[in-house]
Amino acid sequence: MIGFLDSLPILTVVTFLPMVGALFIVFIRGDDAVVAQQARQVALLATAFTFLLSLVVWVNFDRTTADFQFRERIDWLPDYNIGYSMGVDGISVLFVMLSTLLMPICILASWEAITKMVREYMIAFLFLETMILGMFCALDMVLFYAFFEGVLIPMFIIIGVWGGERRVYSAFKFFLFTLTGSVLLLISMLSMYFIVGTTDIPSLMSADFSFQMQLWLWLGMFASFAVKVPMWPLHTWLPDAHVEAPTAGSVILAGVLLKMGAYGFLRFSIPMLPDASLYFTPLVWGLSVIAVIYTSLVALAQKDMKKLIAYSSVAHMGFVTVGIFAATQQAVEGALFQMLSHGLVSSALFLCVGVVYDQLHTRSMERYGGLANNMPKYAFTFMVFMLASVGLPGTSGFVGEFLVLTGVFKVSTGVALLTATGVILGATYMLHLYRRVIYGDLTKDDVKAMIDLRPREIAIFVPLILGVMWMGLYPAPVLGVMEVSVANLIANYQQAISEELINGSIRLTDDLVRLVLR
Amino acid sequence: MNAVPNLMPALPEILMACGGMFLLMLGVFRRSEPTEMIGWLAIAVLATAIFIISAVPSNEKVTFNDLFLVNAFTNFVKIITLLGSSLTLILTMSWAKHERVSRFELPVLIVFATLGMMLMVSANGFIAAYVGLEMQSLSLYVLAAFHRGNMRATEAGVKYFVLGALASGLLLYGASLVYGFSGTTTFDGLEIALRQGVINVGVIVGMVFVVCGFAFKISAVPFHMWTPDVYEGVPTPVTAFFSVAPKIAALALLSRVLAGPFEPMMAQWQQVLLVISIASMLWGAFAAIVQTNIKRLLAYSSIGHVGYALVGLVVGTQEGARGLLFYMLIYLLMNVGTFACILSMRVKGRYVEDISNLSGIAKNNPAIALALAVLMFSMAGLPPLAGFFGKFYIFVAAVNADMVPLAVIGVLSSVVAAYYYLRIVKLMYFDEPAQIFDRPDFSTGLIMAVCSLLMLIYFVVPAPLIGGAETAAAALSLG
Repeated sequence: MIGFLDSLPILTVVTFLPMVGALFIVFIRGDDAVVAQQARQVALLATAFTFLLSLVVWVNFDRTTADFQFRERIDWLPDYNIGYSMGVDGISVLFVMLSTLLMPICILASWEAITKMVREYMIAFLFLETMILGMFCALDMVLFYAFFEGVLIPMFIIIGVWGGERRVYSAFKFFLFTLTGSVLLLISMLSMYFIVGTTDIPSLMSADFSFQMQLWLWLGMFASFAVKVPMWPLHTWLPDAHVEAPTAGSVILAGVLLKMGAYGFLRFSIPMLPDASLYFTPLVWGLSVIAVIYTSLVALAQKDMKKLIAYSSVAHMGFVTVGIFAATQQAVEGALFQMLSHGLVSSALFLCVGVVYDQLHTRSMERYGGLANNMPKYAFTFMVFMLASVGLPGTSGFVGEFLVLTGVFKVSTGVALLTATGVILGATYMLHLYRRVIYGDLTKDDVKAMIDLRPREIAIFVPLILGVMWMGLYPAPVLGVMEVSVANLIANYQQAISEELINGSIRLTDDLVRLVLR
Repeated sequence: MNAVPNLMPALPEILMACGGMFLLMLGVFRRSEPTEMIGWLAIAVLATAIFIISAVPSNEKVTFNDLFLVNAFTNFVKIITLLGSSLTLILTMSWAKHERVSRFELPVLIVFATLGMMLMVSANGFIAAYVGLEMQSLSLYVLAAFHRGNMRATEAGVKYFVLGALASGLLLYGASLVYGFSGTTTFDGLEIALRQGVINVGVIVGMVFVVCGFAFKISAVPFHMWTPDVYEGVPTPVTAFFSVAPKIAALALLSRVLAGPFEPMMAQWQQVLLVISIASMLWGAFAAIVQTNIKRLLAYSSIGHVGYALVGLVVGTQEGARGLLFYMLIYLLMNVGTFACILSMRVKGRYVEDISNLSGIAKNNPAIALALAVLMFSMAGLPPLAGFFGKFYIFVAAVNADMVPLAVIGVLSSVVAAYYYLRIVKLMYFDEPAQIFDRPDFSTGLIMAVCSLLMLIYFVVPAPLIGGAETAAAALSLG
């Protein structure tokens, strides 16, 4: 098995397998109904196979080392010393698994909901999966960037073609926000290449940049990652995109795309620009705390279910960024865990909305009510994910939030305290959502006529429920995978920070005060 | 000095001159409709020229009293110019068939214009450059106006002629100033004179005039005003031709002039080009947003693309020159492919060119929609499409030359430009279908498919193409 694996470029196969599926779909011939049905089947098969293959990566992943594994490298742009270089460590392998798990679920969720241009839809999703997986596996900055921005193309199409009423506006907003950030990231990357002479990510992690340079590079990257996370006040594209996207689009957006920003912080900002990361930590914390509290309050005021979940995503990602920049073992592990948990939970919540939306074609909470009476299975499923989102012990949400708060508490009590209010606010808006939709009297006729979860939907939700419970009750396997990589990340980070930043003679707040007074 | 100059380096040009004249005679003396045959023969001539250029080793050679130079750079540019001409000629023929335009002058003029471009690219002195430039311009003026029954085409032709003549005048005036202050018109002599320190106000003013003259020809802001009107007015395949071949040739000559004789004045021309390049990128991005005619939109898009290409020249390094050459190659393929799509916009036999006609074609003409979408994303510079790599090499060169602000302006204007490229994708995919296009011709469809496929799969093996640009840029000996 191992010998076979050594010869097989497994990450490349995993990454490009969906594209192979997409190619098959291109060549399907026949009338519309046949094409649609076969496109669905091929897409499901391709994503399922990708998931199975990624399990091979997961099983063979060596948890005792922080090095990149399953490495591949071919020259790609040889004059620039840029290679097609792939590999995963304990951080990225988790996201690879999350993406490959969510993709077949997305395809299943679109089985009946998508009726027009099914072939194009499936191609877009398979293309998207390749871009996402490539981005998490890339070990070369330029390659990373190519995948990172390549994600925009299918997502733009998915929102724009199969979205709701304001889909055009949302698609453009999503695209232009993200692209603006991305191009600044590109400039940062090119500058790093100019200074160091390589785009190899592992080599760049040990490169040394001057403090002034780090600040600029960090800001360029921040422009991109903060939009992607999204951090307040750059989050405004997210509610629009989520609301208008088709259910599976929302799932992949919340489940995976939001993680790309945080992944960028962990892969680039923290290890490559440690001084600037420490210097800007107050900024990140400030924005994250605002995100946690403000967007939670905004979520509380929503009538649209998808919008509420979208705002809750911003709040939950606030936890993540707080945790990442606390840079302690627990906080970073918590942030990673929170991302994975959020990837499952928010995806599932969007799917829950999708189930009722497909029947009644409205996302307004007021139109529902009393679903516990005629849809007991649905009510149970919804409850599991609602509670996981709130962070009830025993679900994955609890582990993530708890670890983040513990980790941050050691560094800054105040930030931990403010962030913790998000837990309470989270419970408020989620319970509010649940009460309005599930409880109450079953009065409306069309709501009475709604039918409970069907087998296909149960097949979608069961793995998600199992995942959420497993991660909540027995998080050790997941934490074990990331532990060594995170420890290595933090050790390198602590070691690389300059003296001036540790003893506090350079501080963002002082510099800002000086800037204002001048 | 021999009485008979060495003709070998100019073999492709001689072949094209003879071939062009032969085709002209053929057209005049044949009674029956010879247009289609002449068209294919013209393509054969262009293809033979490409073959000769690529078959002969590209070491540096001069002939005709050092007025004509051949090296890897000129060969690379000639090949892509010829490629652009042949592809657009194929488009022209299918257009002529549908519009029932039987004018054998059309392919002949394209051959002569291309010959002028090749002479320009190889010119090694201002006189030779001017002769080449005028040869191409005169052919282009006629091409612009040859649809003489059509009001807009006539207007566009006259406009192009007047402004083009003005630009030629500027160029000539600049060249004569340079001659007056340095005493020579050959590029080699001029470089020696300037290196010996004859850089004074007169030469600088002359150089600026020369650059302005070229800026007209490549339609860079602020000398771009003619572009949208002419692009809109002239027949679509001619627009396709205008948008690629003459621009590539003029950019190549500009690079050769600036990197050769004017290299000692790099500090001066960099400033001029910097302004032109930034203005082109920004104006090309913002002004295109409000356009409704697809040809006008592409006019602004080409202004923007020229701005990006000029960034490669502004940085004044060999890396930049390579970026420029590669960008022109990618630009050529993207533009020809896009024009092939535009030439497929036919409703019940009539050509349409309003972008609203593209509404919802993804449903009825999925192949055209897909090809155009790929080309649009590529023009917007999104990875993994080839357009991204074009911009990537340019911006790498800018950052490596320590011109980060220029690169930042470049990438931000590309975001603005992305908006209008996306608008076309939006029309095709998001909107409801309005009409069904006729099935495109085989040749048009093939060009469309090949160009978009190249954009799509370029990333798989990017090394060979950039390698060609690298050798060519090395011959430019810049920086």
